[in-house]
Amino acid sequence: MRAVSTAETATTTHPWPIHAEGLQVRAGRHLAVDGLDLALSTGVHGLLGPNGAGKTTLIRALATVLAPAGGRLTLLGQVVDGRCELRPVRRALGYLPQHFGYYPRFTVREFVGYMAWLKEMPKADIPGAVQRAVDRVGLADRADARLKTLSGGMLRRAGIAQAIVNDPRLLLLDEPTVGLDPEQRLDFREMLRDLGTDSCVLVSTHLVEDVVAACTDVVLVNAGRLVWRGTPEVLAAQGDGGHAGDSPAERGYAALLRQHRAEANR
Amino acid sequence: MTHPSLTQIVGYATGDPGLDEPAVWAIEVHLEGCADCRARLAGSTTVQSRAVVARVALELDREIAAAPAPVGRRWSWSWSVLHHRWFVGTLLPWLVMTVTVLGCAALLGALWVGMPSLVLLVAPLAPLPGVAVAWQRRADPAWELIATTPAAGLTMLLRRTAAVLAVVVPALALVGAGTGLSLALMLLPCLAFTAATLLLGTLVGVRRAAIGVIASWTLVVIAPSIAATRMPVLLSAEAERSWAVATVVLTAVAFLRVTGSRRLSHPD
Repeated sequence: MRAVSTAETATTTHPWPIHAEGLQVRAGRHLAVDGLDLALSTGVHGLLGPNGAGKTTLIRALATVLAPAGGRLTLLGQVVDGRCELRPVRRALGYLPQHFGYYPRFTVREFVGYMAWLKEMPKADIPGAVQRAVDRVGLADRADARLKTLSGGMLRRAGIAQAIVNDPRLLLLDEPTVGLDPEQRLDFREMLRDLGTDSCVLVSTHLVEDVVAACTDVVLVNAGRLVWRGTPEVLAAQGDGGHAGDSPAERGYAALLRQHRAEANR
Repeated sequence: MTHPSLTQIVGYATGDPGLDEPAVWAIEVHLEGCADCRARLAGSTTVQSRAVVARVALELDREIAAAPAPVGRRWSWSWSVLHHRWFVGTLLPWLVMTVTVLGCAALLGALWVGMPSLVLLVAPLAPLPGVAVAWQRRADPAWELIATTPAAGLTMLLRRTAAVLAVVVPALALVGAGTGLSLALMLLPCLAFTAATLLLGTLVGVRRAAIGVIASWTLVVIAPSIAATRMPVLLSAEAERSWAVATVVLTAVAFLRVTGSRRLSHPD
């Protein structure tokens, strides 16, 4: 017989990797996310919304860069507030910011390896994991090139490689397809579908067709609030010929936004 | 579980339909953990399975021969890891500046006879500029990326402070040896001030703490000593013991206080 500690009896599974209730996040003084309720499970979720909707602020809060100003945020079963220990969550996190700074003299391999080291991966696993991540984004032939010699699209792919190097359970990508050529975008969608089978992936983007092609779920935000949530098929069914857009999904997006604005103004 | 009998192992190896599925699982689990039974299994394999194993071995040997040799832990590799992980580019300009200032101070001291030793006066401040920029949003281009890793915050600050000291302390020792000054008087105040800055940083942030410490030392000690052209009592040989006590106490208190300080992990 022995005493069982609370750590042993704690639940190891949690229904939602991302769970926000009445979440408020500040960007400077402005409350960019204001009362957002969101529960996301495993899969690829597309985050859509107009400029200034609070997408980037939301992703930064989920990445634990910004602390919530109000409400409740639970990531991988751990409540995130100003005081808690973030290490376990951060070990299982992958994040690609919209604009990311880097050390220009690092090679791709050194950069991804440095990030893997900071994510506290076991030392012996790092070289293999770096090689896999670099292969996966198609940068294997430029792995030993310095970051300052890379083009915009290649840098973006190096950023994706550092985000996925630790096989994150929570992957947050802010505008990942900017600067990728059409063929690379197809490969990227393929990779997203692959990653979404056992992690929770949140992709913020302006490109509605990326969302339709790669995501299992669409989250539409405006002015810091959740506007609509559903599958890409239902999104496409929302619009008709009277709405702006070149594809059914774009027309659906325009229709939902217009409807939301009309309700907000009433 | 007790060891399976030889009949059971033979049955497992030959795929005997008489063995039901749970029995096969039980044997399989046991084999994973028991080297003796694996050896008995190897003795009862069939010709077909031996042929498969031989073919796989042949294929593997061929692939290993064709693949590039694994990168070993060469000296250059360890250097690159040390250089990139501990001395990231952001610290380099500050360290170069610090070493240059120390060099200039030593040169001035050698040329300007009759003045109090400039090296000794600035030595306590030497690591502070590096410590101030060790974990600052504006000083680190990759801040946004690093801030989401488990090593962000305090770990990063202490790691980079250690890197700064690893450069500054040998530089000071070298300069000190050249000028024939007391080594303890060069290094002890420098360590004490680093600990004091971290300690003060838990209250007001490391950058402000460093600026405050540098400004007060310059106003209270450096400026009056240069004006009066004599060494302050604080840096005389008698003060050595007090510096040693101060260093030990400040370092101990700093180690106790810095863990769990939000002010240090979330710089503005």
